[in-house]
Amino acid sequence: MKKKNNALLTGPYLIWTVAFIVIPLILIVYYGFTDENHRFTLDNLSRITDPVTLKALLLSLLLSALATAVCLIMAYPLAMILSRMKSGASAIITTIFIIPMWMNSLLRIFAWQTLLERNGVINQLLAFLHLPPQHLINTPAAIALGMIYDYLPFMLLPIYNSLTKLDWNVVNAAYDLGANGRQTFFRVIVPLTMPGIVSGITMVFVPALTTFVISDFLGGSKVLLIGNIIDQQFTQVGNWNAGSGLSLVLMVFILVSMAVMQHFDTDEEAAGSIL
Amino acid sequence: MSNRLIDLQHITKSFDGQMVLDDLNLYIRENEFLTLLGPSGCGKTTTLRIIGGFEQPDSGKVIFDGKDITTLAPNKRQLNTVFQKYALFTHMNIADNIAFGLRIRKKSEDYIREKVKYALRLVNLEGFENRMPDSLSGGQQQRIAIARAIVNEPKVLLLDEPLGALDLKLRKDMQYELIRLKNELGITFVYVTHDQEEALTMSDTIVVMNQGYIQQIGTPEDIYNEPTNAFVADFIGDSNIVDATMVKDKLVEIFGTRFACVDTGFGSNKPVDVVIRPEDLELYALPDGVTADSPEYEKVADKARELNPGFLEGTVTDLIFKGVHYEMDVEANGYTWLVHSTKLFPVGSRVLMNLDPFNIQIMNKPESEDEQAVSSADL
Repeated sequence: MKKKNNALLTGPYLIWTVAFIVIPLILIVYYGFTDENHRFTLDNLSRITDPVTLKALLLSLLLSALATAVCLIMAYPLAMILSRMKSGASAIITTIFIIPMWMNSLLRIFAWQTLLERNGVINQLLAFLHLPPQHLINTPAAIALGMIYDYLPFMLLPIYNSLTKLDWNVVNAAYDLGANGRQTFFRVIVPLTMPGIVSGITMVFVPALTTFVISDFLGGSKVLLIGNIIDQQFTQVGNWNAGSGLSLVLMVFILVSMAVMQHFDTDEEAAGSIL
Repeated sequence: MSNRLIDLQHITKSFDGQMVLDDLNLYIRENEFLTLLGPSGCGKTTTLRIIGGFEQPDSGKVIFDGKDITTLAPNKRQLNTVFQKYALFTHMNIADNIAFGLRIRKKSEDYIREKVKYALRLVNLEGFENRMPDSLSGGQQQRIAIARAIVNEPKVLLLDEPLGALDLKLRKDMQYELIRLKNELGITFVYVTHDQEEALTMSDTIVVMNQGYIQQIGTPEDIYNEPTNAFVADFIGDSNIVDATMVKDKLVEIFGTRFACVDTGFGSNKPVDVVIRPEDLELYALPDGVTADSPEYEKVADKARELNPGFLEGTVTDLIFKGVHYEMDVEANGYTWLVHSTKLFPVGSRVLMNLDPFNIQIMNKPESEDEQAVSSADL
């Protein structure tokens, strides 16, 4: 009786999963491997080798990797400081970092646009100081900046969580055994917070790789990321098959990168020696 | 007498305006097993952390082997710590945990392998090299923490309540293990605990602390038999602490009855505290219905007087069997005396109570709250 009830409870989730995850995924796979006449083809996948698309993919990989690295370098020390602070003070600072996330993501990126554009706030400030205007908007750098700004909290929070769970006596033990600050950090603190680092990297890298909003606002039509190309296939060209095919290729890249990260997570020893 | 290895001079430390250590002076000799004993918040762990370098004293000096190490970082000190909750590196296997300090000091892998093996043998965990810390029991993890510390051949091993998380049986076993280890290694142990039994079992020297002050320093026998104040007497084992008057040298009046004792120099007609250990009280059964003027009573009283001219009369009000002895409450002169005896006196039975003059421990009454926590400078 009880068992039956429990099985019933999973019903809504099962329906949700099938309706919104499994079926869409099957559809994408179906579109990705067929042409307009529903015949099997690999053409959609091989579109990735098209120079413009390939360039967009490489730029996406580069920018999201850069944004992830910068987020990691910025978030880790901050998380260290926060985790060592009194709980009241750290709660306030964490909240300050999270508040922007309560606003619409479009709005945040739009704010960067007004800051960076040719007659934007920054260039007006430069003009006021009689300095030459800078070409800021519609550059890969602007996109990377947007990614860093948008995704930093997603790097910060998991690392902060894993640091607060760290028993500080373990750090003291490392000092006690003769390790200096750097040795303690790389041999003890980093490996023990690897789960936080891995989820932080995943939560920044994956959305950054697939984004089209940030590149749309801050890259204009000048800088295309793979997300924009897929977006165009669906919304402008109307070629669902091509869009699905490219999505599948992108998915493979994400799966590979996640598998690599998972390897670091379970094999912390290896992670420790690489870092 | 061996030389002073660690010398703590006028150490003062406060946290958030709260005084934790007040002008603490203490030296630790080479090869000694010294225990800092006291209730939580007495400053014992802070003292240990100052020796280990994890806390800086507000004022005062830490001298190690003749050198001032007050501001030296923990990783530069020739001592190692065993932490309360083991603090093992959970991302490394046992061999790597133990090898951590040796790798930092760039020892050869051959040397490390030998040392790890030696340390594991020392803590009776041979063959555990490739296990992960999480797969070990609490007692085993604590042994690994000790092994990880001692492979570095420290001159001093600091132990912060290392047995606190273990169950009673394991704790007893580990106490003997620690004594054995200390003897085999021939190094100094500084041990922190709130468990008086643990302190009595293992230590060469016990430092009893309360509220940031050292109350008494001495051998376990000294501390137990000659507590310097009521706090020590109360903290170390069970005891009866009663108000009394020192009539003159070697004579004390307790609840109106005069007892011979061995203490001198307290003056005459001076109020004092008297500490009497429960096992030192002898009980003599009064047969039922015997009154104070009957010859039967005198017979028992004569026997009681053999020990000490004075004696008390009371009634057993509570009885618990404790294995080795019976623990009894004896109501006499309005005070409930705690008595340990191997003989059974049923609840309700009337008894005479007496004790050997040697077992009456006289202490000065504290004159104020402050004096209750005797500063080490006075000792």
